[in-house]
Amino acid sequence: MTEMEVIEELSDGMTIGIGGWGSRRKPMSLVRAIACSNLKDLTIVSYGGPEVGLLCATGKIRKAIYGFVSLDSIPLEPHFRNAKQEGTIETGELDEGAFYLGLLAAAHRMPFYPTRAGLGSDMLMMNPEIKTIESPYETSDGEKGEELVAIPALNLDVSLIHMNRADSQGNGQFLGPDLYFDDLFAKAAKRTFMSCEKIIPTEDFLKEGSVHTLKIPRLFVDGVIEAPRGAHFTECLPDYGRDEVFQSEYAASAKDLQSWENFKQKYIEVTDHQEYLKAVDSRTQIGESQNG
Amino acid sequence: MADDATLDEICITAIADGFRGDGEILCNPIGNVPVIAGRLAKATFESAMVMTDTVSVLAANTIPVGDPDAERLVEAWMPYRDLFDIVWSGRRHIVMGASQIDPYGNQNFAAIGDWKKPKAQLLGLRGAPGNLVNNTTSYWIPNHSTRSFVEKVDVVSGPGYDRVSELSGWIQSNHEIRQIVSNLGVLNFSNQEKRMQLVSCHPNVTVEEIIAATGFELLLPDEIKETRIPTKEELKLIREVIDPHGLRKAEFAKK
Repeated sequence: MTEMEVIEELSDGMTIGIGGWGSRRKPMSLVRAIACSNLKDLTIVSYGGPEVGLLCATGKIRKAIYGFVSLDSIPLEPHFRNAKQEGTIETGELDEGAFYLGLLAAAHRMPFYPTRAGLGSDMLMMNPEIKTIESPYETSDGEKGEELVAIPALNLDVSLIHMNRADSQGNGQFLGPDLYFDDLFAKAAKRTFMSCEKIIPTEDFLKEGSVHTLKIPRLFVDGVIEAPRGAHFTECLPDYGRDEVFQSEYAASAKDLQSWENFKQKYIEVTDHQEYLKAVDSRTQIGESQNG
Repeated sequence: MADDATLDEICITAIADGFRGDGEILCNPIGNVPVIAGRLAKATFESAMVMTDTVSVLAANTIPVGDPDAERLVEAWMPYRDLFDIVWSGRRHIVMGASQIDPYGNQNFAAIGDWKKPKAQLLGLRGAPGNLVNNTTSYWIPNHSTRSFVEKVDVVSGPGYDRVSELSGWIQSNHEIRQIVSNLGVLNFSNQEKRMQLVSCHPNVTVEEIIAATGFELLLPDEIKETRIPTKEELKLIREVIDPHGLRKAEFAKK
C-alpha cells in the first residue's frame, strides 16, 4: 500500500491508535499523510510523541487520549502544549499503566480491566466517564469490597504502527530494544496498517532477529506500507537513531505562527514521503549532518 | 570526611540515603541527579538493588550517566511493559520530580492552573497515580520555594497522605513517601499527622531560610540536623565513575 491508500481507508471522527512511544518508532510518514489530508475530528490514542503535536498543529484532533505526550530529549511536546494551553483539544489523560490496561482490555474484547492506579489522584476527576468498582474478592489481609478503578477498553477503529521489517503478507518484526505496545495497538483495533523500513521475504525474517522479534502476526494487520526512514525524525533502532537536530527544528516551529508556517510548507505540505526525505536531506547537506 | 563537597554532591548523597534498607528492589530514579544518587547507593551500601540503563535493560554494573555507548552488564531485558509489572508488584522505589508539593505530599507535575486549559501544561500525570498506590516514592525538588512548596497543588498527579487515608487498607500499606530532598534540605512525613517535617538543612542553610522558602507551615521536630557531607569514596565515585562529565551541575547552574 501507499500512505495515500491508507488515508482513503480513514474517515472523519475515527479513533486512531498510533504505536511507538514518545519520540520513538512512530509511523511518521502515515502521520504526515493524515496531517495533509482533509480528515478532521479525529481521536488520537497513543503513548504520545510528535504525532500528537503535529496533528494538533494541523487541526486534525478533536480529542487526544494518552499516557503522556513527550519528545523524550525534549520533555514537553511544544505543539501539544500550545493546543492544551489554548484549549483547542479535548484530552483523556491517563496514568501510563492504566493506558496499557485500556489497550489490553480492547485487545481482549473486555469492557474494562481493573487497577488501583488513579485512586487518590486527580485522574478520575479529569476523566469523569471512568467508573470504580468493588472487588468481589477479599484481599490477602481479609479486606472486603476493595474499591478499584475500571479502566474502560480503548477500542480503536484503526491502528497505525511502524516496524523495522515486514513481509508482504503483513507479518511484522521489531529489531530494536523495545516493542513498546505496538502488538496491543494492532489487537485493539478493527483494522491495522503497518509501515516498515523494508519489506522482506518471509524466509528472511530470522536472518536479522530471533523468533522473539516476530511479535506482529498478519492476523492483526490489514495493509503494509514500505517506508524507508518512515519513522524519521523519531528513533527506529537499530536502523537509525533520533534526528535530534531535526527534532529541535520541529520543536522550534511551535514558537509562533510564522515559524510553524515555514516548517509546514517545507516538510509537511510535500507530495509524498520521498519528497519529505529530499527536503530533510537537502537541509542536512547544507548544515551539520547528524543521525543518531 | 571531605570538606570540598559541593551542593549538588550533598543532594546526591541525601537522595542516595533514601534507598538505605531497600534491598532487592528496582531502584528507579528519574532525571540525572536522582540517577546518579541511585547508582551511587547501588555501588556502595545497597548492592542488592537492580537498576535500568534508563533504556531497556537491567544493568548490573555501575554505568556513567549520559553515555549511551557505555558497556552494560545486562542481567535482564526490561521493556516498558515489564516495567509496569514491576510497578504493580510493589518491588520498586521511584524518585520523581514535583513542580508543586503540599503539606501532605500531594504532588503535581501535570499542569499549572486549570488542567483543562492550563496556564502552563507540564508533564501530565505520567505514571504518578499508579506509582504512589503501589510502591515507595521519593521526590527531588531542585528549586525549593513558595512556588513549589504550596498549601494546595493545582492538580494531584501523585496522591499524598491525606488523600490516601481515605483509600483501602491495601493502598495505605503500599503507599509510602520516603523523603523529599530539595536544594535546601531533607524533609519527610515520619510523624503521627503524616505532615511534612524538616529533617535536615544542607550545610550553610538555616531553618529560617527553609521556613521562608516554604508556602505552608512545616513541622519542626526538636532536633534538626545538618545534612551529611559525602565521604571521600562517594565523591570519587560521583566525580570519576558515575558522572565524569558533570551532568549533575546543570540543575544547579540556573540558580
